[in-house]
Amino acid sequence: MLNVAFWIFTFLMVFFAVMVIAHRNPVSNALSLVMAFLCLAALFFTLDAGFIGIIQILVYAGAVMVLFLFIIMLLDLKTERGRRINSSLFFGGLLMSGAMAYLVAAVVLRSKISERPLPPLAVAKIDDVREVGMALFTAHNLPFQVIGVLLLAATVGVVLLSRKEIR
Amino acid sequence: MLTLGHYLLASGALFSIGLAGVLLRRNVLVVFMGLELMLNAANLSLVAFARFNPLNGLPDFDAQSFVFFVITVAAAEVAVGLAIIVALFRARRSVRVDDIHNLKF
Repeated sequence: MLNVAFWIFTFLMVFFAVMVIAHRNPVSNALSLVMAFLCLAALFFTLDAGFIGIIQILVYAGAVMVLFLFIIMLLDLKTERGRRINSSLFFGGLLMSGAMAYLVAAVVLRSKISERPLPPLAVAKIDDVREVGMALFTAHNLPFQVIGVLLLAATVGVVLLSRKEIR
Repeated sequence: MLTLGHYLLASGALFSIGLAGVLLRRNVLVVFMGLELMLNAANLSLVAFARFNPLNGLPDFDAQSFVFFVITVAAAEVAVGLAIIVALFRARRSVRVDDIHNLKF
């Protein structure tokens, strides 16, 4: 059951991630990104991380995607047509990302810990919103406060950047 | 039977696709989407490690709070990055990275 879900959502995630890269139309890129993030959230659910999965859907598939689509509409981007492909740069980039994939696969396939099976949990249903909340507000309280300041700084920075004239 | 390696390979595939997007595409918005894919690949491997190394029969919630922080920082980064892209577009009327290679214009 979990096995089937893993393979389906991994296949869909990789497919839509390739579509993000391959499509010429920016709106199709953004919508493929939504689908890839939804499949990733489903993978989080298969890992018993329901809270992280829901945050992923809310923040990425919701807020970030609305932002991306809004900017695409604002800039009025058209489908790229007739672009020249610089073949040496293209194959260089393909080689780099292929080398990265090979490197990760080689390390994962050779390491002992990657053969670890899914360990059973002590309880049938984990209350992970409470547990993550406890971790955030006790052990990691200082980073939690700092992240609030970071979000404020980002908000002020965005407002400053998007004014008509930057002095 | 699912192992940790399955999730790490999925994460590596997602990261490589994101890297390919950053290296191959010329549209700055798609480059940005590739960056998002890479950040999310890192999140997937973090959550997988948290689940496969349980503490007292529960997943490692410290790792999940780390993922929470990564998602928050990524959301702030998207907002600032898109504002910079809009400012660049206003100055240059283009979103192709080939047209935006000077530090000062």
